[in-house]
Amino acid sequence: MSDVIQQFQETIRSAATRRAPLRIRGSGSKDFYGLHLDGDILDTRAYSGIVEYEATELVFTARAGTPLREVQEALAENGQTLPFEPPHFGPDATFGGCIAAGFSGPRRAYQGSARDFVLGVRMLNSSGEDLRFGGQVMKNVAGYDVSRLMAGSFGTLGLVLEISVKVLPGPEVEQTLQFGMDESAAIEAMNRWAGQPLPLSATCYVDKSLYVRLSGAASAVSAAQKKLGGDAIEGDAFWYSVREQTHPFFADAKSLWRLSLKSTSAPLALGPTLSEWNGSLRWITGAGELERMYASAVSANGHATLFRSGDDVAAIQQLDIGMLTLNKKLKQALDPEGIFGPRRLHALF
Amino acid sequence: MGKPEHFPSETAKPAISKAELVRRLSSVLPEASLLHEEEDLRPFECDGLTAYRKIPLVVALPENERQVQAVLEVCHRGRVPVVFRGAGTGLSGGALPYEHGVLLGLSKLKNILDIDPLARIARVQPGVRNAAISEAASVHGLYYAPDPSSQIACSIGGNVAENSGGVHCLKYGLTVHNIMKVRFITIDGELLEIGGEGFDAPGYDLLALVTGSEGLLGVVTEITVKLLPSPVKAQVVLAAFDDIGKAADAVANIIGAGIVPAGLEMMDKKATGAVEQFIGAGYPLDAEATLLCESDGTEEEVADEISRMTDVLNTAGATEVRISRNEAERLKLWAGRKSAFPAVGRIQPDYFCLDGTIPRKQLSNVLKRIEEMETTFNLQCANVFHAGDGNLHPLVMFDASDDDQLHRAEKYGAAILELCVEVGGTITGEHGVGIEKINQMCVQFQTRELNTFHAIKFVFDEHGLLNPGKAVPTLQRCAEFGAMHVHVGEEKFPDLPRF
Ligand SMILES: Cc1cc2nc3c(=O)[nH]c(=O)nc-3n(C[C@H](O)[C@H](O)[C@H](O)COP(=O)(O)OP(=O)(O)OC[C@H]3O[C@@H](n4cnc5c(N)ncnc54)[C@H](O)[C@@H]3O)c2cc1C
Repeated sequence: MSDVIQQFQETIRSAATRRAPLRIRGSGSKDFYGLHLDGDILDTRAYSGIVEYEATELVFTARAGTPLREVQEALAENGQTLPFEPPHFGPDATFGGCIAAGFSGPRRAYQGSARDFVLGVRMLNSSGEDLRFGGQVMKNVAGYDVSRLMAGSFGTLGLVLEISVKVLPGPEVEQTLQFGMDESAAIEAMNRWAGQPLPLSATCYVDKSLYVRLSGAASAVSAAQKKLGGDAIEGDAFWYSVREQTHPFFADAKSLWRLSLKSTSAPLALGPTLSEWNGSLRWITGAGELERMYASAVSANGHATLFRSGDDVAAIQQLDIGMLTLNKKLKQALDPEGIFGPRRLHALF
Repeated sequence: MGKPEHFPSETAKPAISKAELVRRLSSVLPEASLLHEEEDLRPFECDGLTAYRKIPLVVALPENERQVQAVLEVCHRGRVPVVFRGAGTGLSGGALPYEHGVLLGLSKLKNILDIDPLARIARVQPGVRNAAISEAASVHGLYYAPDPSSQIACSIGGNVAENSGGVHCLKYGLTVHNIMKVRFITIDGELLEIGGEGFDAPGYDLLALVTGSEGLLGVVTEITVKLLPSPVKAQVVLAAFDDIGKAADAVANIIGAGIVPAGLEMMDKKATGAVEQFIGAGYPLDAEATLLCESDGTEEEVADEISRMTDVLNTAGATEVRISRNEAERLKLWAGRKSAFPAVGRIQPDYFCLDGTIPRKQLSNVLKRIEEMETTFNLQCANVFHAGDGNLHPLVMFDASDDDQLHRAEKYGAAILELCVEVGGTITGEHGVGIEKINQMCVQFQTRELNTFHAIKFVFDEHGLLNPGKAVPTLQRCAEFGAMHVHVGEEKFPDLPRF
């Protein structure tokens, strides 16, 4: 594998000398996201495989190009999971892409995000130097938290080679419940229940129904089910469809907006909506006007992202001037030649 | 990467005189918020790492965010170094004053601004005590999860700056996992809102970056924390072992059984002995190691989990297994653990509390080697730690009034930290690097990684005015340290003082 790293280093150094953009890519399952996809592809799949995994450590380390599927199978053999329930968005999604995108699935509001579970990374910077941050232990505050910074950076700050994440035992049992209600009532219910000691692991409101998933010890799940009521639904297909956006709600959406808000925010009336995470994540379809989306999100103490779009767009997220300057300076500091995915996340960096 | 001339210096000096600094600060602060007489400065000379003391030029104690901003603007213009201080309970010297700088204390920003029980968030000022948040939220059946043992005293601002943990962090995460947003002021006075009231924010994850940055990137002036529903029930199991190795294996077996306890702590015989003398928690005195293993959740979950834990502990060869029968018993068992540091402080005037974190499977190996080093350095070391996370807290005991003991204690501490790195761990799990572990950063990181840290520092603080000489060593320091440093184990005459 060291020859693969050498190859990567040469590619990066040559790009840096020429100031030519590089597009770090696994299977391309998240190619839909962002503004520009410039440069020669650096395919991470050449660097694949599990590096270290001992179930009793709750720590899992694998190379960036490892198929996410393989990661989850290895964990499942030991009854463990990636607690942030990442979306794949394609059959061949890689582990590196999963962390670089930083997307989290239905369990996020209860267990934490992809970023939360990152413990350490090994990466190449724009000089091709081999760097390690964080580690393979549960707690590590030596130096700035560069590893978590990599989550959600979409390969724009460096090439992540290996990632260590904290993993957890999967639940003993799961049960999904369905309740008919309107959006306001659902937002209220999700938040009220989240404030009670219930074994919640997912909530979603769509098509006049609230779906709630309970996970944990059998005794706790059945006690909670008795308390909450609702109609029991078999299986995990619903949550799969929400996570992978195969649910009919997402079908033929020209544009898909993702609004991350204060969870109790009232319904926004910006278009057809699917809410998750106790109401703090709202997916909105329809060609919502940029400024209006941004402004509505800000007034609900959050922000909006144009998650998928059919057209070329000027921006997918809005940063205020102070944060824009800081983001830009950080990108310049870590990638002075500007070779890693320039302008994928923002027109100005 | 940052160019070499960008590297912060450890010896920054202000561009203005003390008199001028006092004059400028007095125009932005009320009189009672500005201390500059020796006797007023003295109480701020150290934090929880009492072996190191320094007197700052002045102490500024602003009353609100606007004043914090104004102080930073004055310092930025006059190129005056600044060290932030929360409650001063830090154990790595992060809040140790800088003799040519301002010590900026946040103790007067101590209001809980807002609790929103339905959204389960609280907005608080940085000087609020950690425990005060849970106290205020309890009427809503909510609490703030990270619970450092210092929680009755330490500030939430300090917790953010250190990314503090606590006994419940195995299950509920560290500070970084339990905050949503901060208001943050950089040295030039720019006020930023980092994070959001949703679960994520646009752009890079700067909230993760500033959490744990030890006052080197800016000051936190407001924090939005996440609140969790208080568990209906909590119960703790105490298990005694006649061998540290068996106790360490029991820890691995609990995790291996798919249990994530709310807390999983270990104390060795020296620690339990000290605690018993101090508060009498009812710990078994003859045990080589004592585990505290907590379960929380609904009645059903706790009942299930406690019975599974008990099985594992018995199978692992515990000589005694005791389950708390009521809340009073549970709190008493935890009170012992939470007072372990002061208890050890009673036995010996001074101690270094180390904070290395290791892969759990290395527990018994590392504990054995720490014990062996007691003879090498002729000092005692008690161990009390977050076993579930592999986060050790060896307490190296010494008398700081004896220079030789202090010197040996420093070397003992350094040797333990390097051992942690050697077995694949880190020099600090939750207390931060500060001044205490600055040299060991050179062991954990290579030049190229340190360069990345310096480049990040430069983005926030190009003149290197914030907390100079802490947390991230200069390359020059590492070069000097490397030249005189001989790795532990290879050292032929460990008792000979070097330089
Ligand atoms: C008995 C005892 C037990 C402890 N147990 C634990 C434990 O279980 N877990 C744990 O993690 N720690 C523990 N600690 C260490 C300590 O309490 C924590 O590090 C705590 O977070 C420090 O908070 P503080 O307010 O005292 O910060 P201070 O000591 O005042 O400062 C710590 C650092 O934070 C910076 N800082 C402070 N406030 C701000 C701010 N508002 N903005 C920017 N920077 C700031 C300072 O410059 C300094 O670098 C313990 C300490 C003691 C004495």
